Amino acid sequence: MTAADTKAADPPAAPPQKPGKVAPGPSGGGVRPSRKPRPKLPYLLIAPAIVAIGAVFGYPLVETVIMSFQDMRRAHLWGGTTPPWVGFEQFTNILGDPEFWWVAFRTVLFMVVCVVATMGLGLLTALLMQRLSTWVRLLLTGALIAAWSMPLLVATSIFRWLSDSDYGVVNSTLSKIPGLDFQGHNWFLDPWQGFTVIGAVVVWGAIPFVVVTLYAALTQVPRELEEAAQLDGAGVIGVFRNVTFPVIKPVFQMVATLSVIWDFNVFGQIFLMRGNKPEPEYELLGLYSFSKAFDSASFSQGTAIALITVLLLSGVAVYYLRQLMKTGEVE
Amino acid sequence: MSTSVTSTAPAKAPEAATSSTGVYELRPDRKKHRLAYNLVGLGIFVVMAFPVYWLLVSAFRPNHEIRSYDQTLWPSSFTADNFVRATEAPNFWTAIQSSLIICVTSVAGAMLIGTIAAFAIGRFDFYGRKPFMTVLILVQMLPPTAMLIPIYIQLNNIGALNEYWGVIIVYLVSVLPFTTWMIRGFVINVPKELEESAMVDGCTRMGAFWRVIFPLVAPGLAAASIFALITAWNEYLFAYILLQDNEKYTLNVWLMNFTTDRGTDYGALMAASVLISIPVVVFFMIVQKKMAAGLTSGAVKG
Repeated sequence: MTAADTKAADPPAAPPQKPGKVAPGPSGGGVRPSRKPRPKLPYLLIAPAIVAIGAVFGYPLVETVIMSFQDMRRAHLWGGTTPPWVGFEQFTNILGDPEFWWVAFRTVLFMVVCVVATMGLGLLTALLMQRLSTWVRLLLTGALIAAWSMPLLVATSIFRWLSDSDYGVVNSTLSKIPGLDFQGHNWFLDPWQGFTVIGAVVVWGAIPFVVVTLYAALTQVPRELEEAAQLDGAGVIGVFRNVTFPVIKPVFQMVATLSVIWDFNVFGQIFLMRGNKPEPEYELLGLYSFSKAFDSASFSQGTAIALITVLLLSGVAVYYLRQLMKTGEVE
Repeated sequence: MSTSVTSTAPAKAPEAATSSTGVYELRPDRKKHRLAYNLVGLGIFVVMAFPVYWLLVSAFRPNHEIRSYDQTLWPSSFTADNFVRATEAPNFWTAIQSSLIICVTSVAGAMLIGTIAAFAIGRFDFYGRKPFMTVLILVQMLPPTAMLIPIYIQLNNIGALNEYWGVIIVYLVSVLPFTTWMIRGFVINVPKELEESAMVDGCTRMGAFWRVIFPLVAPGLAAASIFALITAWNEYLFAYILLQDNEKYTLNVWLMNFTTDRGTDYGALMAASVLISIPVVVFFMIVQKKMAAGLTSGAVKG
């Protein structure tokens, strides 16, 4: 009886402590009955999405793991027979193969160079955009949007044409510089030069998004703060480091994380640049897994490499997710 | 100058005020800086715009000029020959047909499934909502090449290789996570009270959704579907691997035909690229503003 009393007395006692909760209390009580009797509805609504994602992402992911421990070859694919289990053999083969480590190293190096170039140039351009006359800024914005809207395939075709060994405009322009003869120069004989061209497509295609996003973030920096810091004697770099950057930091981190993920998975630019048959020197992890599966017809090796790639990337993915949580997007 | 003041009024006002009153002695210095900044800005403009410019110019350039060692910045004459060659290339029309069938069907399906799922996570608080949203983010980060091998094998097992519906399902689910995520953003912006008052007035929950929320999020749905269309239109890897008949190839795979072992017909390739880009660029201009916002808030696909 006393227990019931205190329980009954509790709710009325609470409101004085939290005045804000008084109003939602009764109205919330009005909504709740309509929600409680049918908790099945939201599950019904997300069911098709779950089935679809499970079928096209979930199941193949499980299959990737299973196949990595088997030895699936073309005969099993067409014959429909179950491939033999080989345990960790695929992984020990791959991890013991120096080529894999070269490819992994190349992938990380390419990713780091592209991300640093994209973020550095993107940030500088965004800062510059604030200081431009309006007509220059509008011109630049137009060019950025035009570059951004180019499909990956088209952008790659353009850069292949620009760097064509015979009639490419890059070679003929470079040849005009006294002392240089680039006529007929093949940019793809040397992988370092080839990757420079590929990196140029990647960075050129990624910069618009970075600039537009960072520029939007920069408009959130209070002008008064920057001017106050300037009056207090801070230099350009000091103002940027202590005033501007802290404000845009969350956006910057987010964009940088996305760039890491995108540049780690670069595939199409190389694939198309090399006419659908990239040489081994041009293989990054994605292509390496692809060519192992479809050219060497060892599907299990391909999936094992893909699985290693997914594991390598999962750290970045978790970091991205935590950032999203922090900004309150996943609520 | 008047336009510059109006278009950037909030950001530029303080600066204009300080420089016009001349409180600081920085004024002449700033002007000099502005000139230098503008020059650098124009330099970046040239770098960013040149490839697109060269695409357009090469598409209209006569072929004998394309095959010359010294191409001028501006062609001596313009011709539509390249476009004629591109459109007369084999399978151009079937490629358009394939692209349209695959993109429209998959995006329509993704919008339907995505809208109801977005409604669920935007409006209900249920057990498992957060894990579901986490999954939506995480699956966008899976490298497509990692999914390609098992999907290829799976489609082969159920006889969907070289069929439109196999590719349609893959495209549908590839665009589903970010369309769901984008639409959810629009759904949570519609005040809950609107829906509740409709229900007080006698609407069922679904009735309230169709009569109240749906019209309000319709512009958002349009943006999300354009976003999805662009992604599907630009995809080529799955189409290239999963389809095998020349008649079924999409435009992107068809574009690869201009590169043969004997070399590349760059004039036709550029013309065909222009044709493929036109719908993308038009749609892109429509949703450009929402694109940047969508990408930073969890719709990962670029």
